[in-house]
Amino acid sequence: MAQADAGGIPTASEHEPRRKLVTADGTPLKRALQRAERRRVLAAFGLVAPLLIFLLTVFIFPIGQMMWRSVDNPQVVNALPNTLQALRGWDGQDVPGEAVFAALHADYMADQDRPRREQAMGPLGIRLNYELSAARGAISRTGRNVDTFEAPFREAFLDAHRLWGDPALWRVIQREGRPLTAAYYVAALDREYDADGNIVQRDENRRIYVSLYGRTLALSLGITFLTFLLGFPIAYYMSILPMRQANLLMICVLLPFWTSLLVRTTAWIVLLQQQGVINTLLVSVGIIGDDGRLSLIYNMTGTIIAMTHILLPFMVLPLYSVMRTIPPSYMRAAKSLGATPTTAFRRVYFPQTLPGIGAGAVLVFIISIGYYITPALVGGQSGRMISNEIARHMQQSLNWGLAAALGTMLLVGVLILYWAYNKLVGADTLKLG
Amino acid sequence: MRTLPPYATTGERIWFYTFRVICFAIFFFLLAPILIMIPLSFNAQPFFTFTREMLTLNPDGWSLRWYQDLFGSDSWMRSIRNSFLIGIAATILATTLGTLAALGLSRSQMPFKGLIMGILISPMIVPLIISAAGMFFFFSSINIAQTFTGVILAHTALGVPFVVITVTATLVGFDHSLTRAAANLGASPTRTFFKITMPLILPGVISGALFAFITSFDEIVIVLFVAGVEQRTIPREMWSGIREQISPTILAVASILVLVSIALLTTVELLRRRSERMRGLSPG
Repeated sequence: MAQADAGGIPTASEHEPRRKLVTADGTPLKRALQRAERRRVLAAFGLVAPLLIFLLTVFIFPIGQMMWRSVDNPQVVNALPNTLQALRGWDGQDVPGEAVFAALHADYMADQDRPRREQAMGPLGIRLNYELSAARGAISRTGRNVDTFEAPFREAFLDAHRLWGDPALWRVIQREGRPLTAAYYVAALDREYDADGNIVQRDENRRIYVSLYGRTLALSLGITFLTFLLGFPIAYYMSILPMRQANLLMICVLLPFWTSLLVRTTAWIVLLQQQGVINTLLVSVGIIGDDGRLSLIYNMTGTIIAMTHILLPFMVLPLYSVMRTIPPSYMRAAKSLGATPTTAFRRVYFPQTLPGIGAGAVLVFIISIGYYITPALVGGQSGRMISNEIARHMQQSLNWGLAAALGTMLLVGVLILYWAYNKLVGADTLKLG
Repeated sequence: MRTLPPYATTGERIWFYTFRVICFAIFFFLLAPILIMIPLSFNAQPFFTFTREMLTLNPDGWSLRWYQDLFGSDSWMRSIRNSFLIGIAATILATTLGTLAALGLSRSQMPFKGLIMGILISPMIVPLIISAAGMFFFFSSINIAQTFTGVILAHTALGVPFVVITVTATLVGFDHSLTRAAANLGASPTRTFFKITMPLILPGVISGALFAFITSFDEIVIVLFVAGVEQRTIPREMWSGIREQISPTILAVASILVLVSIALLTTVELLRRRSERMRGLSPG
């Protein structure tokens, strides 16, 4: 190899005939090796390629497409090209003049000529309604008899619906008359535009999402702490037992892990209902009266109890694998040097478990922050989380842009957390059972 | 702490026993909710609590009526069929694609390893509601929403990270001189793969496949968004059962699923031990 390299470089012994190392068919060895190497890279890449292409198509691309929806804003541009043109010189204060209304009429007439599937006024009404309630009614009611309108159009439109005389509607049209919008993020942060186009906080009673994000964070933190509180003792107990017994107890941790999520949620509904096992037990023992049955489910308590149970294995598994590697002699050494059991635990044992605690906590936190099923089934109103609001906008209110904005914010948060987790412990330590 | 030393003080003794009581209480919290459903599913009454007849072990208090309900119901039977169909198809796809990718990733020549690994395991990290929303829009736009194809492709994507992780882990201890020896003795790459590589990484492949299957079998969020009535799976049926008319039939389903997961858990545990034995590690 060294000689093959030297072959190309002029050296002191230039007068000797240069001898290149060649393969049996006469190709220089260097090139043959390079080619073989390249072929192996291609072969390795060829093995990964099918899966990579598959995931890029059915997973990464759809998510990118969904995130795009949070800023995509084609409705106004598609429906009102002439109106937007005419609105250019508008001062934003009074109702616009005749020229704008004539352009609006032209846009309406152009829209009625399009085939039904491509008509843009319906989507426009839905889009404007997110910013200004009643806008959808104004658009569709006007559309019903717009073809009978005659000049001057300003009066005709103002007669058709009073909203056309509201500068707020025109400000929304002007502001959203661009192909990209920040409006969904503005709404997702409980803010809105005021009359001058500044972003201000919404009225107190219309703020939903920031407090919901806050509640989601608080619930996730609480659940993470509870899993730590319950997971630490049993992980420690398993780590001091002989392998055989520890494996037996491990099954107790893994069985819930392997049991269907819906089954575990059902179990808690059965146990916690007003007529369920726990309430009946408490009544029959006499701790509470028959009319004082506790409401343990369909509220925040239900979400916390069920999710702590469901996520506990994710805390125990990393904790246990770290604790197994801590030599018991360290604690003995600390004690023999005069530490009390508490001090030895606090200063010697506990710090060594921190990687496990970190891994488990980030894992539980990441999973719980995006949880949907359990809060939806046992959470009631007070136990709802941000995922439930995303699902509501996806399926019921059909405000997909807002769902995408809320989802993008959640996704970015989770990815940052995961990146931190990776820095902290490395993803390959993720044990699966 | 495993046993009490004879010189332990009273305080240490109290703590020793308190600690054990606490631990067993936590284990009870983990297991009891799951196991309690099994006896409750034999309730003769449509209640979710033990009746007096059940507690006195009176045979009239116990019955198989909810199991009869389950096996007599068309929608439940269809959901069981669907779950297995979707689960098995998604598992085959995910295992094939995932194993190949893991083999490629474990080669030293592989470029951009970190980035590619990140993409391959991303379905495990992204919250399900976001994956579901993205797939809902995408599948609707290419007309495979509310079809088996759509659900199977979605579940394949979710199952892939588990296969990649387990097979990559098995390949860490893989001795590459074995494949070189096979090649040296004249075996073609395909033959080497099936005769040498495959038997050695099989435990990892099977446990990855089991993870992929259970992921699909247990998945509900994607099914809620992407599947139609024809593709309803067991979790989807349980979801409507819980939301609409909660009847103890759900407990019968749940009990069966608990038994299934015990079987799966045992399989994975046996595979893990076999794999460790084969790699010369301690038999755990």
